[in-house]
Amino acid sequence: MLCAMFSLEEEFVPVFTPPPLPSDDKRWKIVNGTMRKNGFARHALIETLHTVQSSFGYLDDEAIRFVALSLRVPLSQAYGVVTFYHYFSLKPPGKHTMTICTGTACYIKGTDKLVAAAEQRLGIPQGQTTKDGKISLMTARCVGACGRAPVVLEDGELRGQMVEGEMLEQLERWAVE
Amino acid sequence: MTIEELDQIADSVRAENAKYDHEINVCMGTGCLSQHSDRLKDALAKECEAQGKNAFVRRTGCMGLCAAGPLALVDPEEILYQHLKADNAGAVIASLGGEPVKELQCDLREHFDQQVHVVLENSGHIDPEKIDDYIARDGYRALLLALNDMTPNGVIRQITESGLRGRGGGGYPTGLKWSTVAKAAGDVKYIICNGDEGDPGAFMDRSVLESDPQRVIEGMAIAAYAVGASKGYVYVRAEYPLAVSRLTACLREARRRGLLGNNIGNTPFSFDVEIRLGAGAFVCGEETALIASIEGRRGMPKPRPPYPAVSGLWGKPTLINNVETFANIAPIIRKGGKWFASMGSERSKGTKVFALTGKIANTGLVEVPMGIKLREIIEVIGGGVPDGHKFKAVQTGGPSGGCIPEALLDTGVSYDGLMSVGSIMGSGGMIVMDDTSCMVNVARFFIEFCMTESCGKCIPCRAGTAQMHTLLTRICAGQGTMEDVELLQDLCSTVKEASLCGLGQTAPNPVLSTLKYFRDEYIEHIVHKRCPAGVCKIEKPQEVLA
Repeated sequence: MLCAMFSLEEEFVPVFTPPPLPSDDKRWKIVNGTMRKNGFARHALIETLHTVQSSFGYLDDEAIRFVALSLRVPLSQAYGVVTFYHYFSLKPPGKHTMTICTGTACYIKGTDKLVAAAEQRLGIPQGQTTKDGKISLMTARCVGACGRAPVVLEDGELRGQMVEGEMLEQLERWAVE
Repeated sequence: MTIEELDQIADSVRAENAKYDHEINVCMGTGCLSQHSDRLKDALAKECEAQGKNAFVRRTGCMGLCAAGPLALVDPEEILYQHLKADNAGAVIASLGGEPVKELQCDLREHFDQQVHVVLENSGHIDPEKIDDYIARDGYRALLLALNDMTPNGVIRQITESGLRGRGGGGYPTGLKWSTVAKAAGDVKYIICNGDEGDPGAFMDRSVLESDPQRVIEGMAIAAYAVGASKGYVYVRAEYPLAVSRLTACLREARRRGLLGNNIGNTPFSFDVEIRLGAGAFVCGEETALIASIEGRRGMPKPRPPYPAVSGLWGKPTLINNVETFANIAPIIRKGGKWFASMGSERSKGTKVFALTGKIANTGLVEVPMGIKLREIIEVIGGGVPDGHKFKAVQTGGPSGGCIPEALLDTGVSYDGLMSVGSIMGSGGMIVMDDTSCMVNVARFFIEFCMTESCGKCIPCRAGTAQMHTLLTRICAGQGTMEDVELLQDLCSTVKEASLCGLGQTAPNPVLSTLKYFRDEYIEHIVHKRCPAGVCKIEKPQEVLA
């Protein structure tokens, strides 16, 4: 809406002041850095959201609002982008994350059984975190290590030729930590 | 930077390497790293010192044979070791200059002999983050050659003459695309490298970006010179952290050497590249969706025309090519279009990298000349289906491709050849299935993928894939009817004809090809309520007591 107003009155160029940082948490400075590097351009939205997610682990309302205001992107558009891309998460991750690859090569090698076993052990469906906040169970669409299928990511660390027992042992170790 | 300066760098790298009696190249691609090849490299270096051997241990990119990782190659003897652990370092180092350690040696001659490496020529031989290593293997020679001795049109002529076609899967002639962008009006033009390898089961682009990123940057710079662009973007999946970090390091190196930035090679040509991260949307592999994503919006495709070549990123003429396409450019300029055209089949020139995975002995990355028979790739290079199982089908082209049965394995690998048997070349995923895979279930898997990944803009794709998924789930559960199969077939043609972009237009391919070649499996599920491969869980209907 704002941008429509600006283009109607070309001579009126308001000075834009970005909103203040939501708190004195240092991570906001990193987020702001990404936006500054891109000259607070609207097209830096996805780049900035990546920075938020890598700094905070997920995107909450406050973060989306702050980024949208800073880049002068309508809230609806920012929220639309966040929910369109699978990589962005609106929920905080657990202390540990088990990501099971469900790409084709892994699927052919029985990754669906790994998912079922993990779901049963943790008592949650994929995409969720255990009640105690310890373990998140995620699936990924191919991490590109198909030569080692089936693969899982244990807190981001890739492990190939995974078997059910080995994965459950890891979940057990995390659960009793 | 001039060609003479390149020569100097190359000479100094060669002189440095010549100081050592042996070079040990350790694969540090994602596959081998997951088995701690970093620790292996450290252990080898330590042992060299401890045993006083005059050898150099180098980190390299992917060597291709992921199944046998971690891999290490000892030069100049060309001894390849497989399944190496840090504990083996002592024995390997001790054997240098003498007899190799037999029990650790990988002797798969037939796997390597049939391959022709163009795109992968440096993979496994150079340290991906050291630009001088790349320069020592003729790197950036093509760019300086183009800038100093060729006109932009001359460059495009070579590319056209080479017969190179888009390696992302579409197979559009690269030379034609370049000349369209070159002719498009406007001062500002963009180059985009499509590294959004969303196709599950394919990892060629990841491997090229991890093993030899400078080659892609050089290809982009040559393209920019040819079409008159000064800014480029590489769009990479965020799921490939190693590729992103190596590419970032390489861009910095290229700028430091003056091979990116202003007045490259003391000519008026300026060009720089930025990285944009994908965020996990398969549809962003489609060029108009990818452009929307770089612009910071939801990755939804637009109807074409206008094509990006005329109106692309921010409405400017934009050249989009795949990672592997750009990786082919430097050797074509260096050796000439005719050289490239001498490889391959009549309408598909050069070589193609495939990611060979699934139920096959030698999983990994292979590069073969176009026209080679599928059977040769699977049985000779791939080593066939392991564990005494029987080959059933090979799936090419990912969710957009089809399943090819045993009877058609003598089909040559080319854009037209694969199309004629109901599949597509795609980006290069090749997944082998044996008798433990249920083809109905596989079709359901792919449709589920397309259903989830459909951006929702056009109805045929959004609703069509969902309906197809429901039908296939029903058939898998043993509750389908023969009418369902007809309905499925009908839906396939609607989705194929009426969808807006490539995702929807090709989504029915896995279903159509399995219906064509494995119809008996559908019938088994429907009529006899059983899954021949034993994958689908079918509950037997309970006898109703009268």
